[in-house]
Amino acid sequence: MHAFEYHRPSNVRQAAALLQKNEDAKIVAGGHTLLPTMKQRLAAPSALVDLGALSELRGIEKKGRAVVIGAMATHSDVATSDVVAEAIPGLAKLAELIGDPAVRHRGTIGGSIANNDPAADYPAACLGLGATIITNKRKIPAEEFFTGMFDTALEEGEIITKVSFPIPAKAAYAKFRNPASRYALAGVFVSKRGSDIRVAVTGAGSDGVFRWGEAEEALAKRFAPKSLDGMSPPAKGMNTDIHADAEYRAHLVGVMARRAVAAATGR
Amino acid sequence: MTGTGIGAPVRRKEDQRFITGKGRYTDDLTRPGQAHAYFVRSPHAHAEIVKIDKAAAEAMPGVLAVLTGDDLAADNIGGLICGWMIHSKDGTPMKAGAHPALAQGKVRYVGDHVAVVVAETLAQARDAAEAVEVDYKLLPAIAETAKARSSKVVVHDVAPDNTVYEWHLGDKDATEAAFKKAKHVTSLDITNNRLIPNPIETRAAIGEYDMGTDTYTLYTTSQNPHVARLVLSAFIGIAPENKLRVIAPDVGGGFGSKIFIYAEETVCVWASKKVGRPVRWNSDRTEAFLSDAHGRDHVTRAQLALDDSGKILGLRVHTIANLGAYLSTFSSSVPTYLYAPLLSGQYDIPAIYAEVDGVYTNTAPVDAYRGAGRPEATFVVERLVEVAARELGMDPAKFRKKNYIKRFPHQTPVIMNYDVGDYGASLEKALEMADYKGFNKRKRESAKKGKLRGIGFSSYIEACGIAPSQAVGSLGAGVGLWESAEVRVNPTGSVEVLTGSHSHGQGHETTFAQLVCERLGVDINQVNIVHGDTDKVQFGMGTYGSRSGAVGMSAITRAIDKVIEKGKKVAAYAMEASEKDIEFADGKFSVAGTDKSMAFGEIALQAYIAHKFSGQDLEPGLKEGAFYDPTNFTFPAGMHICEVEIDPDTGVTTIERFTAVDDFGVVINPMIVEGQVHGGIAQGVGQALLENAVYDESGQLVTASYMDYAMPRADDLPSFDVGMTVTPCPSNPLGIKGCGEAGAIAAPPAVINAITNAVGHEDVPMPATPRAVWHAIHKAKAPMAAE
Ligand SMILES: Cc1cc2nc3c(=O)[nH]c(=O)nc-3n(C[C@H](O)[C@H](O)[C@H](O)COP(=O)(O)OP(=O)(O)OC[C@H]3O[C@@H](n4cnc5c(N)ncnc54)[C@H](O)[C@@H]3O)c2cc1C
Repeated sequence: MHAFEYHRPSNVRQAAALLQKNEDAKIVAGGHTLLPTMKQRLAAPSALVDLGALSELRGIEKKGRAVVIGAMATHSDVATSDVVAEAIPGLAKLAELIGDPAVRHRGTIGGSIANNDPAADYPAACLGLGATIITNKRKIPAEEFFTGMFDTALEEGEIITKVSFPIPAKAAYAKFRNPASRYALAGVFVSKRGSDIRVAVTGAGSDGVFRWGEAEEALAKRFAPKSLDGMSPPAKGMNTDIHADAEYRAHLVGVMARRAVAAATGR
Repeated sequence: MTGTGIGAPVRRKEDQRFITGKGRYTDDLTRPGQAHAYFVRSPHAHAEIVKIDKAAAEAMPGVLAVLTGDDLAADNIGGLICGWMIHSKDGTPMKAGAHPALAQGKVRYVGDHVAVVVAETLAQARDAAEAVEVDYKLLPAIAETAKARSSKVVVHDVAPDNTVYEWHLGDKDATEAAFKKAKHVTSLDITNNRLIPNPIETRAAIGEYDMGTDTYTLYTTSQNPHVARLVLSAFIGIAPENKLRVIAPDVGGGFGSKIFIYAEETVCVWASKKVGRPVRWNSDRTEAFLSDAHGRDHVTRAQLALDDSGKILGLRVHTIANLGAYLSTFSSSVPTYLYAPLLSGQYDIPAIYAEVDGVYTNTAPVDAYRGAGRPEATFVVERLVEVAARELGMDPAKFRKKNYIKRFPHQTPVIMNYDVGDYGASLEKALEMADYKGFNKRKRESAKKGKLRGIGFSSYIEACGIAPSQAVGSLGAGVGLWESAEVRVNPTGSVEVLTGSHSHGQGHETTFAQLVCERLGVDINQVNIVHGDTDKVQFGMGTYGSRSGAVGMSAITRAIDKVIEKGKKVAAYAMEASEKDIEFADGKFSVAGTDKSMAFGEIALQAYIAHKFSGQDLEPGLKEGAFYDPTNFTFPAGMHICEVEIDPDTGVTTIERFTAVDDFGVVINPMIVEGQVHGGIAQGVGQALLENAVYDESGQLVTASYMDYAMPRADDLPSFDVGMTVTPCPSNPLGIKGCGEAGAIAAPPAVINAITNAVGHEDVPMPATPRAVWHAIHKAKAPMAAE
């Protein structure tokens, strides 16, 4: 790790000012992604702006027909929140499947989304629920937010403050874990809200999280696991690595999608 | 058995400090004035070093020295050695390429040591290391075991075809004859996956030079500090043995990887004199992945000859063993004498012939890892017999039983003379515990849920208690493999045991103390076990190969016997009786036929005050030493049974049941033994299902972190059913066989046999990852399409 300045602002405006002043500065939330890369010297920000003191970014509340989660809510906060469990149990379950207890008590939803790791879990929930990512500057629909592996619509110094998840009628997440890292090898989030049916896939696609249109169409006819029988996305767009080749990943997406629909429909 | 004697499940004495965070590991030690070393490592698998420019690094803040292979050469520091000479079939000695502690002219694997920076702080050392400019001329690399011999790449000039040796064992003609008369031949191609040991504590070293006495001290994470001192003195030439002290304090796991003498510790000792400051190094996890000696990595073709009744007639094995880029300390012996002599397994096999080609590749050195050679042998034998039984339509348990060795001692065709065992007893007990009878019912229940279920056996045997010095000497070992002990009784009757064994997780401070309790009748809190310091313990061969019980404790037993003999002499004077009338039992010396007796502690005091005898008749004091050289290997054996359920949709294997019945001979502490079995099985399951060190074609290590190298976790494992049978070992005074490696040896074939049973064919690689199993299931469903 190289030397860096450390700031711990007490509100979002201060944080934004520090980031603006300091071009190389980076936000640190849970630090579970950023600090390892700094220790390996793959990142060397001149300053860290720690959002840890911003209690305004921590809450979880139901607002109208949405659940709004503060960017600094930890995975454990989301996994154990009564509000989330009541409104979108599949989202609580997803948070519970991230990493291990240490990771869940440090890692945050804001950090996870900002990082957009192609194998991370939250991007599937954002896309699969049609979430809106709220920053200190604007509101960004999930479709426009995730712009490819490790890439987002965030501008320099822009701070995610909240994520708003519309409450679906039915939703669930099924994750096939990478045996080594336990990130998603194939993770599928499905939801149904009126006629809005979504199937979002993480971990599998070679360009990060994506919506699987063919499955959504099939589910629009009938929201049941059977509708997806024998279906899997084409292997062509899938990742290949030592843990899974494209063919296997594509197959897993189909299996996880059916399992997610089964869980969402209580089958 | 007393409450803390042999056979008692005494809680581990050392856990007080380990559990409360008071252990003292090398990295916990701070030496006055210490400086920090950081190694410049090769990012390339194979390259010539054209030039190293140190100037920029030397000018960086805090830098004390930047040292390279040239500096080593200028100081006449020798290379790292391989201590076991193997000869090829044609009689030629193995081709050992030079292994300098810092590269000279060439780098041969990613992580190879190029230079070291010593600086005031670790961060400064690391910054400067990045400023060392190394001009490499890239060379093509070879990483793949099976292709090493035909590759155009030459790793070492001394071995133009990358072949270290072409070794063989057994009777070729007799084996050919057995195959000629065979009614059935079972053939298998087997890849034994490469593993990275991953002890929790990474390697560390502190070298310290004392100008006043011209002596060095090395604090290091070693399983055998005396051997480290011997090698650093006699071969590498850092300092004479009497000028070098090696201390291995608390060590957090080794699994073999801390037996070896590595470049980093060598460099730290040497550099400490050059910079006039203690020099410390602590491996980070990435360095551990890249540069700890790896394990296994065999490619094997094996064949079993059978008659029409299912009796084994012969075994033929050809193995290519990847030894990595350099020969590590004991690497040459692992795929040869630690492997092929176990190929008879538990079976009466009249003829065996094994050929092993050791090869160089541009990968990290490969050496002993938990089980060392024996897991590889067991995997070959237990896969073969399982498949043979299936091919002959015989029950695999019955097939094994039919072929078990039933009379002892038994001379195998591959060196080993098995002294004792009862393989049928372990098998019966395991079948019972595993409810083998109920398997078909469970399989039907799984099928109802759409799952596949399979069961697999592993009748393993290993050779432990290594080893009779004369025997290993005749096979090429550079050292003897006895053990030493010294038992020092203090005037108040408390006892210190100095041992050449080294504990790095095995619980010696407890089990060795239990032996003293048992024999001398003293309280367990009155016993201290001292190990891991060459200034305290005179000499020892260290801990590996499950030798500390069978060999180390035998040495202690001998020393205790001498203490009792001396005690009897003292007691005779103290109680004014004839020495031949003195008896010792339950911690008391008594005069036969009288009610006169004195406690062990009282006699100890008499020995030291020396008031009751003259110095002409008896030496004062109570302290005895012993060297114990075993007369044979020991042969722990047993039966492990694994039952799996597989989700055909995902290929995920779940271990539903794991039964282990082991015969370790006499058990000192059943709780510790059970813990060793659990840990061993976890590592064995790790190899079977998860762990795999992968190099790509260019020689880059793809699995250089836990993101890609899958370690077994608690939720990958079931609760184990562990049982024991006992046939005491006849060749050592305690009847101990050893238990440290059994699980890692037995588990992989049990797991793979269970998976192949579930899937319905043998073509499942190890590790059987979900992906591999899923593809295997699909292959079974569409055999034509796959051809
Ligand atoms: C062992 C381990 C296992 C893991 N397993 C999983 C897993 O199974 N699934 C999974 O999804 N993830 C997993 N993770 C990742 C974990 O969830 C991370 O915590 C998360 O991805 C990043 O969150 P963080 O709060 O730690 O962010 P940090 O590391 O602090 O930051 C990450 C990046 O986001 C930026 N950032 C942080 N907060 C904001 C914000 N509010 N606005 C704008 N930018 C911001 C930072 O500048 C940085 O670039 C794992 C991590 C570890 C260490």
